Amino acid sequence: MSAFDRVTAARAKGRPTGLDFITNVFEDFIELHGDRRFGDDKAVVTGLAHLDGIQVTVVALEKGHDTKEKISRNFGSAHPEGYRKALRQMQLAEKFGRPVVCFVDTSGAYCGIAAEERGQGQAIAENLMQMMTLKVPILSVLIGEGGSGGALALAVADEVWMLENSVYSVISPEGCASILWKDSSKVKDAAECLKLTAEDLYDLGVIEKIIPEYGRDFSQTYQELRRGIWETLSVNRKLPAAELAANRYARFRKIGVQGK
Amino acid sequence: MLRKDLFRRPQNELESFGRHSKRLTPDIPSEMCVLCPSCKETLFTGALNDNLHVCPKCGHHFRMNARQRLNMIADEGSFSELYNNLMSKNMIQFPHYEEKLKQARLASAEREAVICGTAEISGFPCALFVMDAYFMMGSMGTVVGEKITRIFEYATENSLPVVGFIVSGGARMQEGILSLMQMAKTSGAVKLHSDAGNLYLAVLTDPTTGGVTASFGMEADIIMAEPRSLIGFAGPRVIEQTIRQKLPAGFQRAEFLLEKGFVDLIVERKDQKTQIAKLLSFHAKGES
Repeated sequence: MSAFDRVTAARAKGRPTGLDFITNVFEDFIELHGDRRFGDDKAVVTGLAHLDGIQVTVVALEKGHDTKEKISRNFGSAHPEGYRKALRQMQLAEKFGRPVVCFVDTSGAYCGIAAEERGQGQAIAENLMQMMTLKVPILSVLIGEGGSGGALALAVADEVWMLENSVYSVISPEGCASILWKDSSKVKDAAECLKLTAEDLYDLGVIEKIIPEYGRDFSQTYQELRRGIWETLSVNRKLPAAELAANRYARFRKIGVQGK
Repeated sequence: MLRKDLFRRPQNELESFGRHSKRLTPDIPSEMCVLCPSCKETLFTGALNDNLHVCPKCGHHFRMNARQRLNMIADEGSFSELYNNLMSKNMIQFPHYEEKLKQARLASAEREAVICGTAEISGFPCALFVMDAYFMMGSMGTVVGEKITRIFEYATENSLPVVGFIVSGGARMQEGILSLMQMAKTSGAVKLHSDAGNLYLAVLTDPTTGGVTASFGMEADIIMAEPRSLIGFAGPRVIEQTIRQKLPAGFQRAEFLLEKGFVDLIVERKDQKTQIAKLLSFHAKGES
């Protein structure tokens, strides 16, 4: 499969979205809304759930299924209040010692007037900073599109995993093509250049694990994810908070160190 | 504790950078005159240079390179550069990246888009980083991320405040996902510096956008901005394409961010050194 085939698969209609993963991987999900500052961003879903006896806080970017739902969820592109809502739940998780699991699927943080007025850059930056030293385990899984800063804002974690057909990049292939060749039809070449597939990112040392997919039926993927998350959280929740945060910083610290 | 070499004599031209520096400053208009884009007044290049690259008629702030900013802000001879040996490589074999880097080095006379080091500002010691718009629009790749991270780690170890002059188009596309990861890395270094009780003061200049706004640009304890600077997450063109309408005048300018509550103060170039020194004095260790 070419890099662009992966992009197409990650964006495909009918691909399960954040809420599908929440309900199929966890039990007893209770959704909790709002950032307590401005409003409730439906592009971000947050709440509590169980995973085989472990209490977790779950955060997911949600694109929606049908057109009506997609519009109400802004196609999974969050505003600042979405990132602040996620951070509020993560800080509650820290208070009560619950691990955090994030499912990431977005073409990017929303680019609009309201998003800028309410500090999109500041909201993302705040998440990056606070997540780095959060005193509970964080695990992030890219399930579809990982669009730049808007994806990273929920992916500062102890481990980052990608589904086989998910992608994660600094800019969309369309954006890259129009900057590089002033020609957005060169998206296929751009996708190749950006090194955005799960395999590329694994080779670059940016992710820890690739979760296999089995066609259109995700039941086996959910099962493997469930087992994987349980195993990782079981280990990480026993680590002292300081060690957990230090490991997380070291994980990102080593990315892109060249030579000496 | 301060490192001893903070006060050592400059070892080379890059460190001394003072008025005696013979280095050329490319991309600064070499012609006799330039046109102010704001008031359309014709200005003598010499007069503009003497006025910190600010239009004497209307106060328009022209772009400045990193060494000029250093000259303006650090006490003469106090700057000692760090990590200047780090050079970008084409880590993901991105097409034409080497050529881009070569051009950027020529255009900026710098090795990368940020200069780091220690300095004194009106006698107050600090760790300092200054970004350079003439190097690929100050974009952040792995070397910029690494240098920023190191200067924050250095400042944490030595209990120094960090002063950062920011100008950037965001994460550097040519290094793909590795650039994106620098946002998390630098944010982590800022957080540890902050948790240790140290001051971080950022000066946002025109333009500050994308992944740099969404990381160490917006993470400072005190955020100063230069008048009329463009500051935002998404660039104005991208927003116009997304929402298919023209943006209101003044949108994403420093004054707009101040009004919305994301910038602490707007300071003209000529007053920046005094204001930074004053803010540093408020946070100097051992004083209350």
